[in-house]
Amino acid sequence: MHESAAQIFINAFLANNFVLAMFLGLCPFIGVSGKLETAAPMGAATTFVMLVASLCAYGLNLLLGYFNLEFLRLIAYIVIIASAVQLVEMVLKKYSPALFRALGIYLPLITTNCAVLGVALFQTAREYDFVQSLTFAVGAGAGFTLALVLMASVRERLQLSDVPSVAQGTALSLMLAGILSLGFMGFAGLGG
Amino acid sequence: MSQTTVTTWEEFMEGVWRQNPIFVMVLGMCPALAVTVSAVNALSMGLATTFVLTSSALLVSLLRKMIPKEVRIATYIVIIATFVTVVDYLIQAVSLALYDALGAFIQLIVVNCIILGRAEAHASKHPPLPAVINALGMSAGFTIGLFALGAVREILGAGTLFGIALFGANFQPWVVMVLPPGGFFVLGMWLLIFAAWGRWRQRRQARLAEVTQHA
Repeated sequence: MHESAAQIFINAFLANNFVLAMFLGLCPFIGVSGKLETAAPMGAATTFVMLVASLCAYGLNLLLGYFNLEFLRLIAYIVIIASAVQLVEMVLKKYSPALFRALGIYLPLITTNCAVLGVALFQTAREYDFVQSLTFAVGAGAGFTLALVLMASVRERLQLSDVPSVAQGTALSLMLAGILSLGFMGFAGLGG
Repeated sequence: MSQTTVTTWEEFMEGVWRQNPIFVMVLGMCPALAVTVSAVNALSMGLATTFVLTSSALLVSLLRKMIPKEVRIATYIVIIATFVTVVDYLIQAVSLALYDALGAFIQLIVVNCIILGRAEAHASKHPPLPAVINALGMSAGFTIGLFALGAVREILGAGTLFGIALFGANFQPWVVMVLPPGGFFVLGMWLLIFAAWGRWRQRRQARLAEVTQHA
């Protein structure tokens, strides 16, 4: 498979959006998308972790392949991601304590964000080279951020509207996600 | 739930019904939505998760006195990842077709919040037997939830259940149900139904209480 970098980016960003088409990273998508001002930084933090994780996973995969230890791949990836999250956490705590508090429990939970592990696993499965891996990670992160920001904007509007009380909460969020996902299906085929 | 009066059966049903991971706690949605395009996929995913959840609960519970508090999450993750690797290779050996259908989502069981949540909230504080029973209940609830999603999506989206055609040749499949949006819609619908049902029961109980008061 010889995909160009642009194709990979568009694919990860729009056509196969990580959240809306591949169902990765739904927990923060439902959990943090209440307010726009936390959604955007959350997306940025996740993108950064994805980038670091993708870089490390690429190097790690070469190393594991060299020593014939592929069966350790999953465990090694998870440990790498956990360390990357710790790094982001420390940076945020130092430079933006307010944001650190706003993100709260969802920050350490990036470790268990399937989107991050998904990036690492998919780039291995598709045998992307170094540049392709990085593009893929950036595209996936941008796609995640886009979905999160879209959802947060819609939900901010929804607070002002009159919704049947039974439907409030997660059920409504899921319906919204379905409609957004329907919209994103329009991008299918764009990435070639 | 640390009361000693909780029986084994109640402990089991806790996960199946009152705290059903999919319909009540809405956890572990990524695999729940991604693999449930057919009933078979949903059940296999449920079984794989059952294995990982139960074995990791057992191991965490056995090691609960030995794991230092500071590194417990990392330890849990490594334990879980080990069992997921086992399941990954197992499915690959048993059925390659199934392995292709589930794709990366078998490996993504590692980051299923239910498993880590159980390890942290229950298995690390209870002896092995209750931990395993609780894990089994949760897995049963998860599998039932996955099946409820997968069956509805397969029936509506392909007109089949377990690959058997249900409606004859004239059925026009509702394709969107097996596409990504369908997953969101069906889960949203289930949540709506449960919310409405809960509301109805509450109202009925209130009415009953009122009647008995007057009588």
